[in-house]
Amino acid sequence: MMDNSTNTAPLVEVEALQMHFSMKGGAFSRRKGVIKAVDGVNFKIYPNETFGLVGESGCGKTTVGRAILKAIQPTAGKVIYHSKKGEKIDFVTMSNKELRPYRQEVQMIFQDPYSSLSPRMTVQEILEEPLRLAGHTDKKYLYDQAVDMIQQVGLRSSHLMRYPHAFSGGQRQRIGIARALITRPRFIVADEAVSALDVSVQAQILEILAELKDKLDLSFLFISHDLSVVKYLCDRVGVMYLGRIVEVAPTESLFSNPLHPYTEALMHAIPDINEREIRGDILAGEIPDAANPPSGCAFHNRCKYAKDKCKTDVPALREFTDTIEGQPILRQSACHFVEEIYNK
Amino acid sequence: MNLSKINRRRFDRFKSNRKAVWSFWLFTFLFVVSLFSEFVANDKPLIVSYDNQWYYPVLNSYPETLFGGEFETEAEYKDPFVVELIEEKGWLLFPIVRYSHQTVISDLPSPAPSGPTAENWLGTDEHGRDLFARILYGFRLSVLFGFILTIASAVIGVSAGAVQGYYGGWLDLLAQRFMEVWGSMPMLYIVIILASVVQPSFWVLLVFMLLFSWMSFVGVVRAEFLRCRNYDYVKAARVMGMSDRRIMFKHILPNAMVATMTFMPIVLSGSITALTGLDFLGFGLPPGSASLGELLSQAKNNLQAPWIGFSVFAALGIMTILLVFVGEGVRDAFDPRQTY
Repeated sequence: MMDNSTNTAPLVEVEALQMHFSMKGGAFSRRKGVIKAVDGVNFKIYPNETFGLVGESGCGKTTVGRAILKAIQPTAGKVIYHSKKGEKIDFVTMSNKELRPYRQEVQMIFQDPYSSLSPRMTVQEILEEPLRLAGHTDKKYLYDQAVDMIQQVGLRSSHLMRYPHAFSGGQRQRIGIARALITRPRFIVADEAVSALDVSVQAQILEILAELKDKLDLSFLFISHDLSVVKYLCDRVGVMYLGRIVEVAPTESLFSNPLHPYTEALMHAIPDINEREIRGDILAGEIPDAANPPSGCAFHNRCKYAKDKCKTDVPALREFTDTIEGQPILRQSACHFVEEIYNK
Repeated sequence: MNLSKINRRRFDRFKSNRKAVWSFWLFTFLFVVSLFSEFVANDKPLIVSYDNQWYYPVLNSYPETLFGGEFETEAEYKDPFVVELIEEKGWLLFPIVRYSHQTVISDLPSPAPSGPTAENWLGTDEHGRDLFARILYGFRLSVLFGFILTIASAVIGVSAGAVQGYYGGWLDLLAQRFMEVWGSMPMLYIVIILASVVQPSFWVLLVFMLLFSWMSFVGVVRAEFLRCRNYDYVKAARVMGMSDRRIMFKHILPNAMVATMTFMPIVLSGSITALTGLDFLGFGLPPGSASLGELLSQAKNNLQAPWIGFSVFAALGIMTILLVFVGEGVRDAFDPRQTY
């Protein structure tokens, strides 16, 4: 486990990121309401770190990933990126044109290996494209890079001439990874990168990601709803609920000792092959409507610890020091009763 | 030929479609021949040798006085008197067919429209003009009209569809409503009305028909762009920092091209038949132009001369069928999901 929270500078800092969608309706498109898909999210990602973002579907984790890379324009907040040259730049306020030089340093891996590759381009064209956008024109160089990258993800150079439809889901995902890595990025957003794959193929892809992370010195924002995948791959994990982060902790301590009732409930939901029944309580109810979130702590209506205070006061993400094997570890949790849960 | 491997593959796929290849060569042959109509069917000789000088009447106009005649006007090579004058001091080489589409033949064996003879292979029309020459010139005009109209419609229609589908929103909404109104206008009717205001010529008719024909591409292209703009590979391109224009051209347009190409042969044969229809009704090209539609209406008026109807029908039918076969082959060749 790494404890870079104090001594290294972060690579990406997300500050108060906000993505509100206005709902329109009625005959004259009156504004009917606002969906707070992402409502003030803060976290930092350090060099060579894999930061996991987990949560139920609809909690806004994918939106966070997209907003960070400006696939959608966030409504407020900052995404500070520490570039290769040492500049500190804010993605949110920059125009697409200003961003272009930095695009090769940050890349994205997509969930669906079928829709993320253009069916009308050969693998070679797909892989060379990011480099062309970065201004490379030398055909020999482009081809060599494509060959190198396709071998790094475990395919053969003879595959370059083929179209994506000739590949299986796992192979396509490798191509998607190769495309993301070919510009030698430093930061990668992997949005449910293995969710669409079979479990056996998932394992191969995860191994490739873990291997390439160390080889190429990458940092990941790994978005997933699959806790076992996150546990395997991530160094630190942030748990999201209804557009907010409710807990951030190093993976091991998060899984062994969750400090937020929602995380606790998530842990209970992991099926265990050795137990016939699910341990603890199953989370009751559905994730609330993001257009009309509960007052106070958004989780209070499903929380077994909830008290009156939770209905009125919004809990802040507080820092908390845990100890594992005598080492102090910094964690964050957004619950009024962190201490109570910890001491339990 | 210097082709990329993908285009090579497309080319090979086209080549393996025998129907399309045959149609392509046959059509190309007919089209090239018709492009040189003036050298195939003309009432002027290709070459005249007179007084040890060479003249090219097809390309230049020479006064009759040059060959010892009386008039300052261009020599009438149909006139036996002029031919005699020239042959006294040289010779003439006529094209295979000695009539252009406008030549009125005065010494027909029977009253016009007269039937096929060794001189007039397909007979003549009701004004005594050679039918073969008229069909040849008419074929060229129709094909050129169809090509220009189709390409212009495709350029306008695909751009309009692309912009609407890619950006969506208000732009799309307004453009779609406009097209619904514009598309519900009866096209032939409006072209007829416009043609009665402006004297129609080849280009005027082309513009009038273009006003309507571009819309046939918008629907499919817009749908393709609407579908593709949310694909992850388009998002990936955006995240890579690709400009909108390049995304549209490189990532979405190739997908929309199959749909466009499916429509192209239809629009092509459609515009040819629409031009024929206008001519048939008498609202098309100015009188005297080589037009298949005008010949069709002659065929209707002269049922006792079935060679007119048969020949024109055959010409139109062969032309449109060949074009559709070629279009089909091209479309299949571009489809990456085909087996190869």
